[in-house]
Amino acid sequence: MAARQTIVTRLTAVAFCVAACTVFVSHAQTNPQRIVSLVPALTEMLFAIGAGPQVVGVSSYDRYPPSVTSLPRVGALLDPDTERILSLTPDLVLTYGSQVDLQTQMRRASIPTFDYRHGGLDHILVTIRQLGQRTGHINEANALVSGIETRIQAVKARVVGKQRPRTLLVFSREPKTLRNIYVSGGSGFLRDMLVAAGGEDVFEDIGRESVQATTETILIRAPEVILEIRSENIPAGAELDSELQSWSRLSTVPAVKNKRVYFVTGQQMTVPGPRVADGVERMAKVLHP
Amino acid sequence: MMNIRRRIAMVVLAFLAFAIAVIVVAPMVGSTSISLSKAFGRSVDWNENVDAQIFFVARLPRVLSGALVGAALAAAGVVLQALLRNPLATPFTLGVSAGAALGAMVAIAIGLDVGWFGVSSVPIASFAGSLVAIGIVYALATSQRRGLSTNVLLLAGVTLNSFFSALILFVQYVSDFTQSVRAVRWLMGDLDVGGYSSIVAALPMLLAAFGVFAFLPRTLNLLTLGEDVAAARGVDVMSAQRWAFFSASLATGAAVSLGGPIGFIGIVVPHLVRLMIGSDHRIVLPAAALFGAAFTVLCDLTARTIMAPLELPVGIITALIGGPFFLWLLVKRS
Repeated sequence: MAARQTIVTRLTAVAFCVAACTVFVSHAQTNPQRIVSLVPALTEMLFAIGAGPQVVGVSSYDRYPPSVTSLPRVGALLDPDTERILSLTPDLVLTYGSQVDLQTQMRRASIPTFDYRHGGLDHILVTIRQLGQRTGHINEANALVSGIETRIQAVKARVVGKQRPRTLLVFSREPKTLRNIYVSGGSGFLRDMLVAAGGEDVFEDIGRESVQATTETILIRAPEVILEIRSENIPAGAELDSELQSWSRLSTVPAVKNKRVYFVTGQQMTVPGPRVADGVERMAKVLHP
Repeated sequence: MMNIRRRIAMVVLAFLAFAIAVIVVAPMVGSTSISLSKAFGRSVDWNENVDAQIFFVARLPRVLSGALVGAALAAAGVVLQALLRNPLATPFTLGVSAGAALGAMVAIAIGLDVGWFGVSSVPIASFAGSLVAIGIVYALATSQRRGLSTNVLLLAGVTLNSFFSALILFVQYVSDFTQSVRAVRWLMGDLDVGGYSSIVAALPMLLAAFGVFAFLPRTLNLLTLGEDVAAARGVDVMSAQRWAFFSASLATGAAVSLGGPIGFIGIVVPHLVRLMIGSDHRIVLPAAALFGAAFTVLCDLTARTIMAPLELPVGIITALIGGPFFLWLLVKRS
């Protein structure tokens, strides 16, 4: 008896899911007017394609464009606030691919989601186009994408044929020391940006986005350029000097010997969004001055 | 009497030889082979000598910090197991490492970017955290009656551990994603200290603790028989316990601030050594310190070579190697 009840419950649940999916499809046809974005990169894309006025809630890490600061915050990757999201009565929620629980909850509430995962440089452009279609800004999205493509092409044209410096792309390190150095491997948008800017990743053979590099591997791989990416700015002067000084211990590394250790800072470097062309241009300026 | 002294000397010398052999060989081995003659030769300028920099900048600091951390944690484990008369005690039982971890987490989370002489804020904050934990546990253990209650010490330590762990989780939860990743990585232990300054900074504390350890073995032997027996044999129990507690805690705090909370050394190494050579602390304490040093250096050697150029956190290796090895020895003995 109990078993039969469970089956009935399950069938009802399935029926609900089917209904939800139907709603999902029909919703997708009309342009969403109340979008909640849990991914800063996607928020930037929405604003860049003119869907900014449709955004009613953003993640706790959203900083750009400045107008997002006045929008309600709904948590982030690990702690999305489902209640707040629902209270905003969204008709589209942009989630990160790993937020499976949130996606399930949204499906239960018949709210369609757009599930995104970080990928390479191409993936940024594909995502902008998809968001354009989903939000009814196809032309703006196409214009934005071709603008970005043109700028990246211009960079590629400028650096073509030049010697590609073997570069250590650092995105995390314990301040003032050479401990816990995390660098880019052979995949991911930062690595793609580096390649577009005319560099070669020294950890290209490791097919991962992030690699913990020991001082030994850095000495062996002997990068010609060290490029440190930080989202927060480092004021020039003593602060910057002491950060650069940390590398001096590895003085056989060509990048250190030839004083080619650079900091490229700012959120446009760490957010895989529409400002990616800025990032490529800034990297290229450093690699091929 | 002569016999025992001789036995102590023989065993300790054997462990010393093993530890020295490991410490000497470890920096020569790595993901790439280097030429020792080039590394030690003066013919090539330092700024051109890759082999020398691999040896002196990348490997030697790692090996030295591994040896110090391993010796400190293993010896602290022996002392605390004797003090608490509990074979399950570890250097991390009394909340010292949790305090150290909390300090490190806070430094990472608030992005405390100060550093002195090449030592970053994280080890400094973690050492400060361990001192706070030591202070709290000691105050609790001595508040009840005259003297140090090892029961209260144990319970207070375990409770403080849970309390600090909750605070650690809280700090991680409110900090942003990259900081959380860094914090989790810190908890796995890391000996790639990238220079000598952090070793030099931890050295005074470690040496002070080892200095106290040198006077402890006889007292520990009596303490393991019970406080009353020890008192009857003329041991000033309270003072002995205090010395044992502070020295073991200091060693733990300094070791954790240097290499992170590398698990398993503090419990496995003392028991391994006891299974090999008996339970006389005059032998166990120095032997465990030496074996802890060698064991940690070997684990770190595995961590940096087994998946090269990728690196495994050393804390994973100590548990993966130490656990089965310990169980094997346990089964073989019984």
